[in-house]
Amino acid sequence: MVAHLLRLKLTLLRNGLRRSPWQLVGMAIAGLYALGMVATLIIALLLLRTAGPVTAHTAVVLGGSAAVLGWAVVPVVASATDMTLDPARFITFAIPMKQMLAGLALGGLIGIPGLATALVALATVATWSRGVVPALAALAGACLGVMTCIVLAKVVTTATASLAASRRFKDISAIAFLVPMVLLGPIVAGVGRGISASTGFLPGFARTLSWTPLGAPWSLGGDVASGRPGQAALKLLVSVAVLAALAWCWKLLLERALVTPPYAGAAKRRGGRLGLFGVLPATPAGAVMARSLTYWLRDPRYSGSLVVIPLLPVVLAFQGTQTGNYGSLAVLAPMSGFILAWSISADVSYDNTAFALHLATGVRGVADRLGRALACLTFALPVVLVFSVGYAAFTGSWTGLPGQPGTQPGDPLHRPGPVLGGVGPVHRHCPAAGGQPVQEAAGQRWADPGRTVRWNAGPDGPGPSGGRAGGGPGGHGQRPVRLAQPGCGNHPGPGPFPGRRPAGRQVARCPRARTPGTGYRQPLTAPEREPHGSRDPRRQQADRKTCGRRH
Amino acid sequence: MTAPIPGQAPDSSSVAALSLRGLAKRFGGKIAVDGISLDVPAGSFFGIVGPNGAGKTTTLSMATGLLRPDFGTAVVHGVDVWRHPLEAKRLMGILPDGVRLFDRLTGEQLITYAGLLRGMDKAVVAARVGELLAAMDLSQDAGTLVVDYSAGMTKKIALASALIHAPRLLVLDEPFEAVDPVSAANIRSILDRYVDSGGTVIVSSHVMDLVQRMCDHVAVVAKGRLLAAGTVDEVRGGASLEDRFVQLVGGHTHTEGLEWLRTF
Repeated sequence: MVAHLLRLKLTLLRNGLRRSPWQLVGMAIAGLYALGMVATLIIALLLLRTAGPVTAHTAVVLGGSAAVLGWAVVPVVASATDMTLDPARFITFAIPMKQMLAGLALGGLIGIPGLATALVALATVATWSRGVVPALAALAGACLGVMTCIVLAKVVTTATASLAASRRFKDISAIAFLVPMVLLGPIVAGVGRGISASTGFLPGFARTLSWTPLGAPWSLGGDVASGRPGQAALKLLVSVAVLAALAWCWKLLLERALVTPPYAGAAKRRGGRLGLFGVLPATPAGAVMARSLTYWLRDPRYSGSLVVIPLLPVVLAFQGTQTGNYGSLAVLAPMSGFILAWSISADVSYDNTAFALHLATGVRGVADRLGRALACLTFALPVVLVFSVGYAAFTGSWTGLPGQPGTQPGDPLHRPGPVLGGVGPVHRHCPAAGGQPVQEAAGQRWADPGRTVRWNAGPDGPGPSGGRAGGGPGGHGQRPVRLAQPGCGNHPGPGPFPGRRPAGRQVARCPRARTPGTGYRQPLTAPEREPHGSRDPRRQQADRKTCGRRH
Repeated sequence: MTAPIPGQAPDSSSVAALSLRGLAKRFGGKIAVDGISLDVPAGSFFGIVGPNGAGKTTTLSMATGLLRPDFGTAVVHGVDVWRHPLEAKRLMGILPDGVRLFDRLTGEQLITYAGLLRGMDKAVVAARVGELLAAMDLSQDAGTLVVDYSAGMTKKIALASALIHAPRLLVLDEPFEAVDPVSAANIRSILDRYVDSGGTVIVSSHVMDLVQRMCDHVAVVAKGRLLAAGTVDEVRGGASLEDRFVQLVGGHTHTEGLEWLRTF
């Protein structure tokens, strides 16, 4: 049974890669990245073999503790854990709990994070190969440590499964995840400086950690090598007890989770609050603007770029403190304007097939574009003004102020025109609704290309018959259904890719469409994310067909 | 091009609510719809039935201006859908199947949005939204985001969005899928009253029983062709609609094999 589960995991991985060569490329890139990290760490651990026992002990315990902590935290926050072996999928099969736990735990090792952790952990054996006994102790520690990582991750994800399945949590965690990503540079530098400033404090910290579940398994080799077999035995006991307790917790949680599936109920709320729809003018353009603004605030795919904006000055100012040259702050205003304005180029892709409502109501294209552009300007204009004035005040040179918002390429006053013109040709891949702004690249987590609504502002000018829209909402059966355009085919501005629109009625192709960076999407695991769940298999099949033909 | 139309609806005295002529669509090598001509009489409750992949949704998408046909025309109350789409769309309310909604809006906001997109007056929209929510039994959840709705509630809110502008023709693709029996009965009585007062409803469905009870006219579509059309009694000719359907479409396999399923 355990072998079955492992084979299943491998088959899923292989089939996932088989779906498109680009997945292989993405996997290869992720693999290379991981390989680089792993190789660096392994070499470091090999070099530590010749270092003093205190230094080596400190480094191994701290690194190991960080790994355990990472395995506990990242799966929850990223909520992009590998769900290919989701226990919920095995409910209908009568699998003995023990075998299932073993299979799932070992299955957790397959995949880039698991393999990387295991390899690096095994390298600690080399660090402590200063004798047979220390090496054996390190080996036992490494095995215990890796299993602790995996089981801890399972416990945490199982415990938070019902929480993680709620839409609100997903929305918030998606944005919360962005913040440390954007601030990665300052954080890494800060931690690095902190470590180098407090080298005297670290060995003591590592000793303390080595008595906790986080560091205990990683301490075994070091303790034996330094001639503290008694401590090593106690820590072995701690590690084994922790692992057993975790496994027991996991079993209990899993038993409970299997019969109480995640319930993502939302509190009932009566109406009466129209929000922005009650404030903005009751015209089609006003309605589109109200809808877009609501989405900017409620949809993590949009609010992700809003969250980045206040972090930009932090990152740039940090860069200034490092180099002593604050010149890079000059790009702040244009850059934030560019980010905000550019984000609406994916507007129709983000709409996905919901765009059918615009078609069905026959809203004019002018109203559609105007509403979207105004919604974007509502944020972009004040942000750029504040940043420009702020920069001028910071430098004390007000002569550059008019040039700040005016001449830069990212100027939101100029940008929405071309960008919206580009909305047509640039159909691109983006996370589906309910997806996250940033997603990891493991295995199955690729976009269904056909989900992107393609929308081509027609080459033959305005008028209802102007544009022929391509489309891949496979929901209409087993084929792509082309969504036609609302009563317009006009561009508000010259599109940035005029040459890419082929003559005639072809759907524009865009090389950007397959860029892996925009292609990640979460699998539709939770039912509430996909109201038409019963149709999903067919749709995905249709998407695959679409993909094969189009690209 | 034109498929034979056995049992063409005889009562086309008034102008048809929807008139299709030689509608055809090809996707790559697959012909999804192969020349369908059909008249839906005004004031009728018209069912379109067919097996999976028959071309129902494709036909309805082409008839409602969501999908450009390769050949043929669709005319709604005398207005050509693809020549005058704005006028035609004003006459129609559409419930497409399997498309997403703007689900980060609350139910109330979504219906309001549909009304405002059609350029309706704010006060009228507000009044109708309240009534629609009550009729769909969604008043208690009006302030909940649509993304948090159940499948049946989502269907109902989409239907409400299609009704807000009081269309003359309603085109509903699988309107009762995942809708609970009580809500389905409510929706049916709404639709019945709508038809009684002169509106036209076109529904597509897999559920023969439902179509037989609810509709007065029916069309059977399979493999992109129209096999039969007319009043329900004409089409079923004494048998149940389900039997007649299976007979028309064919493909009922007598389940041989699977003997082991009886051995336990």
